[in-house]
Amino acid sequence: MSAPSSARAAHGANEPKIALRGLRKRFAGQVVLDGLDLEIGSGESVVVIGCSGVGKSVMLKCLLGLLHPDAGSVTIDGEELAGNRAAREAAMRRIGMLFQNSALFDSLPVWENVAFGLIQAQGMARREARDIAIETLAQVGLAEDSADLYPAALSGGMRKRVGLARAIATRPEIIFFDEPTTGLDPIMADVINDLIVACTRELGATTLTITHDMTSARKIADRIAMIHDGTIIWQGPAGEIDESGNAHVEQFINGRADGPIRLAVAADGRA
Amino acid sequence: MRRRREECVKSNPLQAIGHGVLALFGAIGRLALFAFEATSHCVRPPLYPRLLLRQMVEIGFYSLPVVGLTGLFAGMVLALQSYTGFSRFSAESTIPTVVVLSITRELGPVLAGLMVAGRVGAAMAAEIGTMRVTEQIDALTTLSTNPHKYLIVPRLLGGFLMLPFLVLVADIIGVLGGYLVSVYKLGFNADTYITNTFEYLETMDVVSGLVKAAVFGYLIALMGCYHGFHSKGGAQGVGKATTNAVVTGAILVLIFNYIITEAFFAQ
Repeated sequence: MSAPSSARAAHGANEPKIALRGLRKRFAGQVVLDGLDLEIGSGESVVVIGCSGVGKSVMLKCLLGLLHPDAGSVTIDGEELAGNRAAREAAMRRIGMLFQNSALFDSLPVWENVAFGLIQAQGMARREARDIAIETLAQVGLAEDSADLYPAALSGGMRKRVGLARAIATRPEIIFFDEPTTGLDPIMADVINDLIVACTRELGATTLTITHDMTSARKIADRIAMIHDGTIIWQGPAGEIDESGNAHVEQFINGRADGPIRLAVAADGRA
Repeated sequence: MRRRREECVKSNPLQAIGHGVLALFGAIGRLALFAFEATSHCVRPPLYPRLLLRQMVEIGFYSLPVVGLTGLFAGMVLALQSYTGFSRFSAESTIPTVVVLSITRELGPVLAGLMVAGRVGAAMAAEIGTMRVTEQIDALTTLSTNPHKYLIVPRLLGGFLMLPFLVLVADIIGVLGGYLVSVYKLGFNADTYITNTFEYLETMDVVSGLVKAAVFGYLIALMGCYHGFHSKGGAQGVGKATTNAVVTGAILVLIFNYIITEAFFAQ
C-alpha cells in the first residue's frame, strides 16, 4: 500500500474529509486570511459566503495549492497538503473544480475540454475519453453536436455547463465551485444550481462552494459558513441561517448597506 | 507601504539606484529559476509529442514566408551594397563570398531570429498570458497537468528545433537573392558566381549560424513563455507581457549573437 493510501486507510471515520486549520495568508502587508478554520465532512456540501474581497477565493486557492499559505494546515483525508507537493498532486486526482469564468481551454473543442482530465491525468485513450465526455455533456443537458464546438462559440450558460461537465468527468470525490452562478441570468443560475445538486448527489461527492449568491447558497448547501475579516465568523445548517443571531450574517443575507460590515471606501467615495 | 517606499526612493538617489539593482537581480533570479525548471522538464516524462508537433508547425512552417522574404531581400541588398563599395577597388569577384559568409554567419540567424521574436515570441506571450489571466493555467493544475510540461516545454523545444531549419531556408534564399541581383542586374557570370560562392565557404560558417539559430529559438521561446506565464492584470497585463517578450527576446538575440560569434571565431 502506498503512503498516501496508508494515510487514507488510517483516517478515522469521525475525521473531516477536508480540514483547514489556522490558515493565514497576507499580501503586501494586508492580512487576507487570519487563522481561518473550516472542516467539511465526507459527502457534505458546504457553502462559504462573504462579501467581495474577504478572502473566499484565496482560501480556495490555498486549498488547491495554487497559493501557499503563510501558516496553517490544509488536510484532505487527514493528509497534510500544505508544503507537500507529492501529496497535493495525488489529492488533485480526486478533485474536480468549476472556475468562476469556467476557465475553458480556448484552443480545444468542448469534448476535449471535458475529457482533459481523463486523457492527460488518467492516460485514457482519446476515443474512449470522447465517449465519456459526450455522456457527461448529456448529464449537464448539452447535446452531442455541441461536443465539437470551441468555447468561443458558447454562451455564458453553456460555458458554465461545460465547466461543470469537466469538473465531474473524472468522477471526483471532492468538487470545488467558485462562484458557480456569477454572471448568469436567474433562470440559468437556477438550472446550474439544480445540475450541481444532481451531479454531486449522484457522485456522492464532498463539495465546497464559494459564492455571494444567497439563492444559490440555500439551494446547494447542507451547511453554510460566513467568512469575514479573514476568519469564519458563523457556520451552521443551511436551514438555520435566517435565525443565525449574527448581525454580520443578517446584514449579508438581507443585502443591507447599514450594519456591522463596513465596505472599504476610497477617499473619492468609491467602494 | 509601497507608497512609503516610493517616497523614500524619490528623496534619496542612492536608494533609487540600490532599489533598481536589487529589482534587476530579482528579475534575473526569477528568470533563471523559470528557465531551469522549464528546461529540466524537457528531459523528464511525460512529454506531449502532439503539442510539440503543433508548435513545430506553428513556429517553423508558418514563419517560412516572413523569414524567406527577409532572407531574399537581405541577400539582394547585400549584393548591391557590396558591389557599390567593392567596385571602387576592382574587387567585384569577392562579392559572392561576402554575400554567402554574411548571410550564413550573421544575417541569416540574426534577421530570422528578430523576425521570429516579433512573430512567435509575441504570440506565445499573448496566448499564455491570456491563459494566465483567465485562470486556464490554474485549471491545468487542478486537472493534474503540470503547466510547465504542457505549455512551456513544447514551445521551448519547438523554438530550439525549428529556428535552425528556418535559418537554413533563409541562408539558401538569401544566397539566391544575392545571385539574382548579381547575375541579372550587375551582369555577373552565373557559373563564376556559383563557383565563387562555394569556393571559400566552410562547414563551420553554416554550422555556427545553425548553432546560433538553436540558441536564439530557445531564448525567444523562453522570453515569450516567461512573460506570458507571469502576466497579470487583465488585457493591459497581457499587452505589457507581449511587448516585454518581443523586446527582451530581440535584445537577447543580439547579445547572444556576439557571445556565440566570439566563441566560434575569436581565435
